[in-house]
Amino acid sequence: MSVIAPPAPARLDGRPAGRPAAKACAVNPLKISPALGGALAFLGIDRALPLLHGSQGCTAFALVLLVRHFREAIPLQTTAMSELNTILGGADNLEQAVATLRERASPRLIGLCSTALTETRDEDIRGDLRALMLRHPEWQDLAVVYAPTPDFAGSLEVGWASAVQAMIDALVDEGPRPRHRRQVNLLPASHMTPADVEAVREMIEAFDLSAVVLPDLSGSLDGHVPDDYVATTLGGTRVEDIAGMGAAQITLAVGEHMRGAAEALQRRTGVPFRVLERLTGLQAVDTFVETLMAISGRPAPESVRRERSRLVDAMLDGHGAFTGRSVAVAAEPDLLVSITRFLNELGCRIAAAVTSMPAASLAGVPGTAVVGDLDDLHRLTEAAGGADLVIANAHGQATADAVGAPLFRLGFPVFDRLGAGHRVSVGYRGTRDLLFDIGNLLIAGRTVPTARGHPREASDHDHLHAPAALGCS
Amino acid sequence: MPDRQIAAAFDEPDCAVNRAKPAAERQLGCAAAALAPGAAAGGCAFDGAKIALQPITDAAHLVHGPIACDGNSWDSRNTGSSGPQLYRTGFTTDLSEIDIIQGGERRLARALRQVAESHRPAAIFVYVTCVPALIGDDVAAVCEAAADQLGLPVIPVDVPGFVGSKNLGNKLAGRVLLDRVVGTREPADPSPTDINLIGEYNVAGELWQVRPLLDRLGVRVRAAITGDARYHDVATAHRARLSMVVCSKAMVAFARGLHDRYGIPYFEGSFYGIGETSAALRQIALGLAAAGGPADLPARAEALIAEAEAQARARLSPYRARLTGRRVLLYTGGVKSWSVVAALQEMGLTVVGTSVRKSTEEDKDRARALLGDDAALFGQIPARELYGRLAAGEADLLMSGGRTQFVALKTRTPWLDINQERHHAYAGYDGAVALAAEVDAALHHPVWHQVRRPAPWDGAGASACR
Repeated sequence: MSVIAPPAPARLDGRPAGRPAAKACAVNPLKISPALGGALAFLGIDRALPLLHGSQGCTAFALVLLVRHFREAIPLQTTAMSELNTILGGADNLEQAVATLRERASPRLIGLCSTALTETRDEDIRGDLRALMLRHPEWQDLAVVYAPTPDFAGSLEVGWASAVQAMIDALVDEGPRPRHRRQVNLLPASHMTPADVEAVREMIEAFDLSAVVLPDLSGSLDGHVPDDYVATTLGGTRVEDIAGMGAAQITLAVGEHMRGAAEALQRRTGVPFRVLERLTGLQAVDTFVETLMAISGRPAPESVRRERSRLVDAMLDGHGAFTGRSVAVAAEPDLLVSITRFLNELGCRIAAAVTSMPAASLAGVPGTAVVGDLDDLHRLTEAAGGADLVIANAHGQATADAVGAPLFRLGFPVFDRLGAGHRVSVGYRGTRDLLFDIGNLLIAGRTVPTARGHPREASDHDHLHAPAALGCS
Repeated sequence: MPDRQIAAAFDEPDCAVNRAKPAAERQLGCAAAALAPGAAAGGCAFDGAKIALQPITDAAHLVHGPIACDGNSWDSRNTGSSGPQLYRTGFTTDLSEIDIIQGGERRLARALRQVAESHRPAAIFVYVTCVPALIGDDVAAVCEAAADQLGLPVIPVDVPGFVGSKNLGNKLAGRVLLDRVVGTREPADPSPTDINLIGEYNVAGELWQVRPLLDRLGVRVRAAITGDARYHDVATAHRARLSMVVCSKAMVAFARGLHDRYGIPYFEGSFYGIGETSAALRQIALGLAAAGGPADLPARAEALIAEAEAQARARLSPYRARLTGRRVLLYTGGVKSWSVVAALQEMGLTVVGTSVRKSTEEDKDRARALLGDDAALFGQIPARELYGRLAAGEADLLMSGGRTQFVALKTRTPWLDINQERHHAYAGYDGAVALAAEVDAALHHPVWHQVRRPAPWDGAGASACR
């Protein structure tokens, strides 16, 4: 039996996101609102304050989830739309919110995200904002960037991409500029942790390049203890640096969902771009490193070579733990592509792959990706005869319990474990760490026959001596 | 939502704040001030309603709205169930753009059928959020038709977030229970010692700390509204002989409704701290005896109180020795602004301040009486000021909700969760001792010594090497 399923086209029938054909309601939703994704992107900007244009509940729910995931105080505000404002229009609320935030927190940037409430009413937010900026010349020290993020269209990664594109359109100086030979732009994927972003930047810098990262969560949500209270973000991309992105030699975008933002940047400045599908897995990181070699004109430094060699060694040591094991995964589209391809490369079978919304990139998922929820993950996994491991956000625990497999937490939110923002799973080193973490769960969960026919927990000893014999459990 | 519904929710003759207002102002309700663009904090009406109803564990809770309402919030509260787990399942119509254009009624009808057929709930609560309210979905009609077809209660809960705060949502949920659930079923085994516990959501299992005490007195909880609740128990709440409103101003209206409609007397109390627990047990015993329950109940309650108090105080005394004089800043609100103060003082702590957000004049009076002066009472503190006060060392411990957790921790100040996301139960005599143990562990944790050390380049060692 070949354990590597041939890639099949994902189910992309243009159904509205959220449920397979016959399902009228999502059960244990996987999807996270785009407005939260937009806010998260704005949190990667220095001295920024995201603002959701909706009722105060829209902000409260997003805030609680972000706080629990990152274990940080999160600056996030609301225009607090009431029933009356919703009928009359939200321009006054917007004005009052911006004025209050400017006075209290002196942000450099306010990231305005719409919600289902204001989008259903079809507020002319762009027009309102233009009028406000004209009426308040004193607001010139402040950039207010509007990202359309209606909750009824798409998921977290759509909101994130929308906010990044909005910042490019609003803040990057237009027109071609003198190119800086050693500058690159990096547009991280929404599923990259602050620590992932830092790891990628370090790789870029290892080639003597410097990167403008938009947005840069590693400066703001990396979990540090500041010397004093700050009412905005604690760091991140500086607005001034965003303006200068046209000076880069190339833009590197991670994940297919960042293609639109990279194209917008090219339209605005002429900077060419390359979309990297993922940065996890030997081959994927090799592609990234080849790109860096070509851009920098330098050979890979010794540190990078060493890390690659370590990853290769880890793959040699550890692939037996993955062989023939079956894994059920639920994640946002581009994260799903990244993790399922990685598992597939190590010999795993994908028992079920569930995602939050239709996306072109899902063609890259081995097997069939289904748009659905965690209830679908459960049903599909059962239909596939179970799984040895479930990979999902923290809400996946109930599914994992029902399937009788351990849960590896990945994606957003992860509120019941420490260090969600600090896990690295990109680059050679991050891939190796991920391989160890998942491999250890698979080893721990393996049962092997004993002399008397009773299963017992496997030990590393069993694994080292008889990896091939164990096959499917 | 019609204004009169909101006005009705705020019509609360038993609220002291309300009584003090002129009639015109009373009609405006008390949520208006909370909705300040750019400076608002806290959940919406939908949030409040879901908090109040979700602990009905054998019901399905279906959120009719786009993904932000339920996708960002489902399964986030730590309220325990001793049986069914259905209440923890997140159901949402997850409205798409097409649904909004075409109207969400058909999707809702199909969703109700799906939930009923695949999960067999005791009832379905349907939460109406902003978008279906805005596009005018007739949710009540869909629910009525579904109830007929599916043969189970399908109850619309009209709580779009834009009508107001979490507190209003609590009230509206109470109203729904009164109008649609309570009184729809007769209990098979009514007893003269049945009580309702209102506003007790069994956070972290607190109900289970209280129940054994009531069991010893032969007092039965007819319905906990809504901790570890079953739909049909809530439906029989009208046959209880007494209601206790536990730490919830928003649910007083519900208790008053039970009184007005069914003649059930009620009182407000708390299970936080030894003294308050005893007072509550005493009131329950007296109340039931007065309502035709066993005449010896008060005497039995006194015996239990004497025994349990002595035990609890003995267990508390080692903590008292370690905690006396340590300073706590309490940042919560409502009834907890004084009830928790009393519990903390019992263990020797000095409460340097308590937030009286969402507290009534009565609550404030009690807090004032416990703390001896007005200066210790404050409203909402902006995060910057809270940070400053903690950084200046005004308190040895902050007790608050998760939202301010990281403000405290960044100042390297010990912090303890006192709100609904917490994982420790603090109710009753056992809870009082558990709280002392948690406070002690937080204050005397070895980590504080470590994290407050100067960095090598800032400390004495650094200057010696310079």
